[in-house]
Amino acid sequence: MAVNLNKSNVATRENRIGSITGYVGTLKDLAEKSECGTLKGCSRCFSQSSTCLSMCGLSQLAAIRDVAIIHHGPAGCSVSGAGSYYMSKVMAKKRGVTSDTVYVGTDMNENDTIFGSTASLRKVILEVNERYSPKAIFVSSSCATGIIGEDIDSIVDDVRDEVGVPIVAVHCEGFKSRIWATGFDISDHAVLQEIVKPPREGVKTNKINFKNFFESARPEIIEMFKNFDLDPVFLYCNSTVEELSHLSESLATTCICGTLGNYLGNVLEEKYGVPYVRTINQCGIKGFETWLREIGRVTDRSDKVEKYIEQERAIYIPQIEEVKKQLEGRTAVLGMGPGYTFEVSRVLDELGIKVVWALAWHYDKKYENGEVPPSMKYLLENDIDFETSVADQQNYEVMNILHKYNPDLYFSRHPGSTVWAIKNGTPAVYVADEYTMFGYKHTLEFAKSILDAINNRSFEENLARRSKLPYTDWWYKQNVDTFLEEAK
Amino acid sequence: MAKLLDKQRYKCALGAMQSVQAITRALPILHAGPGCAQKLSEGIGSSGYFSPNIFPCTSINEKDVVFGGTKKLESTIENALKVIDADLYVVLTGCIPEIVGDDSGEVVSRFEESEKPVIYAPTAGFKGNNFKGHEQVVNAIIDQYLKKSDKKQKGLVNIWADVPYQDLFWLGNLRELEKLVAELGLTPNTIFGYNRGIENINKIPEAEFNLLVSPWVGLSSVKKLEKKFGIPYLHYKTLPIGATETSKFLREVGKFTGVEEAKVEAVIKEHEDYFYYLIERYADLFLENRVINKQFTVVADAQYSLAITKFLVNDIGLTPAKQFVVDDTPANYRESIAEEFKKLNFNIEADVSFETDGYKIHEEIKNHDYHGYPLVLGGYYEKEITESLNGNFINISWPVQDRVVFDNFYAGYAGGIRLLEDIYTVAVSRFN
Repeated sequence: MAVNLNKSNVATRENRIGSITGYVGTLKDLAEKSECGTLKGCSRCFSQSSTCLSMCGLSQLAAIRDVAIIHHGPAGCSVSGAGSYYMSKVMAKKRGVTSDTVYVGTDMNENDTIFGSTASLRKVILEVNERYSPKAIFVSSSCATGIIGEDIDSIVDDVRDEVGVPIVAVHCEGFKSRIWATGFDISDHAVLQEIVKPPREGVKTNKINFKNFFESARPEIIEMFKNFDLDPVFLYCNSTVEELSHLSESLATTCICGTLGNYLGNVLEEKYGVPYVRTINQCGIKGFETWLREIGRVTDRSDKVEKYIEQERAIYIPQIEEVKKQLEGRTAVLGMGPGYTFEVSRVLDELGIKVVWALAWHYDKKYENGEVPPSMKYLLENDIDFETSVADQQNYEVMNILHKYNPDLYFSRHPGSTVWAIKNGTPAVYVADEYTMFGYKHTLEFAKSILDAINNRSFEENLARRSKLPYTDWWYKQNVDTFLEEAK
Repeated sequence: MAKLLDKQRYKCALGAMQSVQAITRALPILHAGPGCAQKLSEGIGSSGYFSPNIFPCTSINEKDVVFGGTKKLESTIENALKVIDADLYVVLTGCIPEIVGDDSGEVVSRFEESEKPVIYAPTAGFKGNNFKGHEQVVNAIIDQYLKKSDKKQKGLVNIWADVPYQDLFWLGNLRELEKLVAELGLTPNTIFGYNRGIENINKIPEAEFNLLVSPWVGLSSVKKLEKKFGIPYLHYKTLPIGATETSKFLREVGKFTGVEEAKVEAVIKEHEDYFYYLIERYADLFLENRVINKQFTVVADAQYSLAITKFLVNDIGLTPAKQFVVDDTPANYRESIAEEFKKLNFNIEADVSFETDGYKIHEEIKNHDYHGYPLVLGGYYEKEITESLNGNFINISWPVQDRVVFDNFYAGYAGGIRLLEDIYTVAVSRFN
């Protein structure tokens, strides 16, 4: 991958790594077409709402402590600032630190769309800097400012000396990519561009960059890494600008979700030689062990890792095997981002649950290094195949599938999606926390939670009996790919 | 002109998709970017018959920006009619189609003959906030859907209040206002929430009166209804909370609609008796606690700033510190709303500031002498600052993170009691 950190604009996932949002077929077909380069995504002539890349991009940046996000656009764009305010307060409190991160808007109005508003933006940046003395400032565009051609790069350059802290333009026009995960890349790009510094000479460290979402397992991972004499630096939730500036000095980079972390990991490797751990992720038994062993390998700590694995296996594997007996043969449909769909599919297979259909909200044909994502590779090598679609959070497609397949379980990961399976009468497990099936302990908890969901279906039955689904009979009789069109 | 929106309290006009969402079986169709619906929705209380993640959306991409998105809009509407079972389809346009010049109204007009009604409201984000967007949606229903009716229903009153979802208590408040109006022998008609919907919308032109309970939101709609259908309206600016204001409200509604005075007074007496039975029992809590002082501040939209100020001053005898109205009230309404803050018992006048900059609000709260612990009723943004002043905080306005409200309400006599329960629940959680 050739990265240009001198430019503030990041190419979209579609253009950079051939990502798609529309496909119906099988896992094998999807992978084979990816490998030989013949995979073509489809578009839709009917779609339901999904996600804006600015949500992914700016919420990541707003999770950093004591920074300022300035979202230049109408009030609806910056409305995420309310959620970010809450998140930064509660997450900092949980960690026992404080964060004065601010996320402001510019309440752009009709006149601004005609006459432009860069002068106002300039004032807003300086005022925010004066009020809060942030450690870094991120200035984002929106659809409206993007279309009218507001030159936020120039404004940022113009005030750079005056503000005296790292300041960077972040291009978040929601229309530019169907793949909201492009927002993750945008946030990484901004951090890499303005905050990460080259390694200081002579600094020796045992740090490992750990990219995640909300760090719920942070304390236990710190404890675990003590066994290997490694010190994880969690990103970006509760990160400080100072911590981020030294990411280039770490021994390695790893992440909890390939979709979330691949841009940062690859650039740190390419630019600063920090190895990026590119294994299947930490979900489930095989994933956890493969990941740990790779960390052991790149940081030269294999002996310690093997010892740890042996000791933990003895505690947990028999327990997992016990629960597995009650799960074997159950069927499941799952709908998640690709960073999880193909990882969770593997874990379900480990637990004896048969995946009948997996939906990924998008699909990255390859990662930045040109390879097919490791989670896919693993499934293929182990001869695991099932029907698959790439569905951009299209709930009507999920419902069509659930209606036809009537699985024992539905696994979701995105807010607002779980209830629909329940209304269909399908027990659903919400895999919200990225550590839900992290390592042996959480894999065991996950298995037990699935069992709980199967054993008491009262809520599903109660709600399904009383709620009418909004989709017409006509739709349930159609094929799931009815609205897919060959991309032009 | 663009400005610093620090600690924002409202959304953009497209946020009016939530007003559509509040009408049972009405479906918003968005001609907007793929993530607008998700951004503008509430994470809590949105998984109804329709939820934001199933709102059809043209999910505009780069090509549509260049070549226009009308074709996609047409196929989205056409297929929404086939896939989703709704009674009313409301097309809402976001920023992009309005900047690039899509003629969305023309596309929607192609569906005039469809089996189910399809209407259109221009709600580009830069055209105003969701309070304005809410009016756009109601006005679109009036202009494009409602037909003149020869039928008039005696005593039928359309009730209009503040903005669903933006107002945490919208559902409960509407139901309570309906109950009060019904007790006067009138027949209330509202269009939002459970068991209301297209049938109630159809009844709007048959009403004898419109009752608007809001400082300013919805005024253009009741004026429109007067012009189109000749229905007179009563604009009652204060959401009635507690005994003083609710009794006043009932008297004015009674007078406007011609309800016999004796009947009105009988209703009032029954409510006031019970209200004061409760107040008398809990008076010791008000009088002998160590943490609720006389001075309070409300940080909310015009509706709650005004309503809570009146309640706490006129019913409970508290003293208003500065009050903040944060909904970006249009300039032409501000003076008359500020006047309302001066109509308090004992010639007390509350100082009110129309302010959208949260930083300035916090500076004023910090610098005010509350003669003790401040009582602040506001958005989640006021939690930390109030706590830093050892004050008492209640989250009553958007954004809401501190509580969950299904159908609780502050309107009416009972609503006043609910608000007191909330304030003193916070008070008893500490000693001093």
